[in-house]
Amino acid sequence: MLVLWAVATVTFFAVRLIPGDPAEAILGGPGSQTSPEALAAVRAEYGLDQPVLLQYLSQLGRLATGDLGRSYALNMDVGPLVFSQLGGTLILALLALTVAWLIALLLATWSTGRGRLARQIGSGLEIVAAALPHFWLATTLIVVFSVWWGVLPPISTMDARGLVLPVITLAIPLAGFLGQVMRESLTIALESPFVLSARARGESDRGVLWRHALRHAALPAISLSGWAFGSLISGAVVVETIFARPGLGRTLLNAVTVRDVPVVVGVVMIVALAYILMTVLTDLASRLTDPRPIRTPTGADA
Amino acid sequence: MSELEIQLSAGTQPGDGDRATRRGRVPGRVTAVELAAGLLAAFLLTAAVAPRLLAPGDPLAIDPLAAFGAPSWSHLFGTDESGRDIFTRVIDGARDSFLIGLAATLIGLGLGAILGVVAGTLGAAVDFTVNRFLEVLFAFPGLLLALLFILVFGPGPGSAIVAVGLSTAPGYARIIRAQLIRVRSSAFVEAATVQGLSRGRILTRHILPNTLAPLLVLGTLGVGQAIVWAAALSYLGLGAQPPAAEWGAMLSAGRTYITSAWWMSFFPGLFIVLTAVCATALGRSIERRMRHA
Repeated sequence: MLVLWAVATVTFFAVRLIPGDPAEAILGGPGSQTSPEALAAVRAEYGLDQPVLLQYLSQLGRLATGDLGRSYALNMDVGPLVFSQLGGTLILALLALTVAWLIALLLATWSTGRGRLARQIGSGLEIVAAALPHFWLATTLIVVFSVWWGVLPPISTMDARGLVLPVITLAIPLAGFLGQVMRESLTIALESPFVLSARARGESDRGVLWRHALRHAALPAISLSGWAFGSLISGAVVVETIFARPGLGRTLLNAVTVRDVPVVVGVVMIVALAYILMTVLTDLASRLTDPRPIRTPTGADA
Repeated sequence: MSELEIQLSAGTQPGDGDRATRRGRVPGRVTAVELAAGLLAAFLLTAAVAPRLLAPGDPLAIDPLAAFGAPSWSHLFGTDESGRDIFTRVIDGARDSFLIGLAATLIGLGLGAILGVVAGTLGAAVDFTVNRFLEVLFAFPGLLLALLFILVFGPGPGSAIVAVGLSTAPGYARIIRAQLIRVRSSAFVEAATVQGLSRGRILTRHILPNTLAPLLVLGTLGVGQAIVWAAALSYLGLGAQPPAAEWGAMLSAGRTYITSAWWMSFFPGLFIVLTAVCATALGRSIERRMRHA
């Protein structure tokens, strides 16, 4: 809650720093030869003629009641606009998160306990995957699957086929990051005493891996899910633009390009809210799965 | 968490070093990966410093008759819509991409180091405040902070640099703060305190040098990330603009011709990936060597 208030404050004062008159921006930007009467009318409509402190307080009040203001460019309320776009992005992000987890799990379980070569191949794949920028991966996938083979649509259609490429684009780099974390913790888990005792009790290699070690290995990666969600949202800006998919990311980019301040603020607030919720949820999830407090090697709590 | 923290922690799990030595790997020896990354880095740096050495042609020379040429022996990476040689332009773009990445990393590292050191040295109240501040910044994940910055200050290469720098700063700050706290509670600082050294002397002579030593690793890992982010902004039309040979801008220009001339966007992107992988590999190897030194 406190973070949310701070986010609102930061965005409010950041927006005040924008050079130029907001009333002019509403009426079509500088050079649109607006009459003084029209400017005054717009100022009154958007409350821009009041002192900054009053504007700040009234914006906070409106935010608290869920009112995100009105778009400068689209002439519609930001709240409904943002919520209508939220669904598409959420589906994309959740599917990508699931696929990324699957890839990371497969890669991690395959490459551990198979000697150095497998470990190095796994780690190499992960580093490359983590370094792949969304915009390049997306264009390359489009060229291969849409232009050359023609099996998948290059722009996102509403059916499931249109989701495949965007989801893969988002999932592969994320899988690189998750895989790195998972494989390291899996290796450590497999070397710890409880694995030895499970083996001594007569469990098979596979049983040990799936029943004991993987639980420990998954924990650090679970605690990363908050971060992963945030990075997916930021990746969605690029992916939705490339695949012409309606969603929060594309709305945000369009709004930044035409300087539609209320929409940008609205999207940022929603993303911040979602991010905070996600962080709280992952915190709870990791506490439920493991009674010990989780410490990453950097000492930072995730 | 940030990309950097993951990259860093994934390479530095406790026991990693022991494992390596147990398997008979000499810590100081150059591995094949390091050799490849080093050669690649040398190639990319040459491209950035002396592009004409690798690609003698003129990156702006147009040849309308050769427009949209597929990769061939005379044009390794093909040609673009005005018949300019893509290979020459990609090599030429290394300078801009590197400069943008380096500048953004310096801004991010500088801000991060200041915040981290301030939080770690000026007492619990300051630490608390800085931590809450960082938490707020972390609620703008990834590119969001950069986009907000560009909303305020307008698009362009300059604001892209600052925007990327700003959005990476919280990650750096948290790593540096954690490192400082770890150093502060280590045995040699305790020894110095017992010897009766003054607090200022301990701070400047013992804590800070050991805290800031990993900056080299962070910077190397970070440059790759910064180049990717800056290219993403250019790609979205918010950073360097298309006539420039910056990689992200080139990719963005090639997007229009994606169905007919895939090479226009493939090769600039390939170089972004190569740079990022190279930076990660080098950062990891520096880290490993520092730990064993």
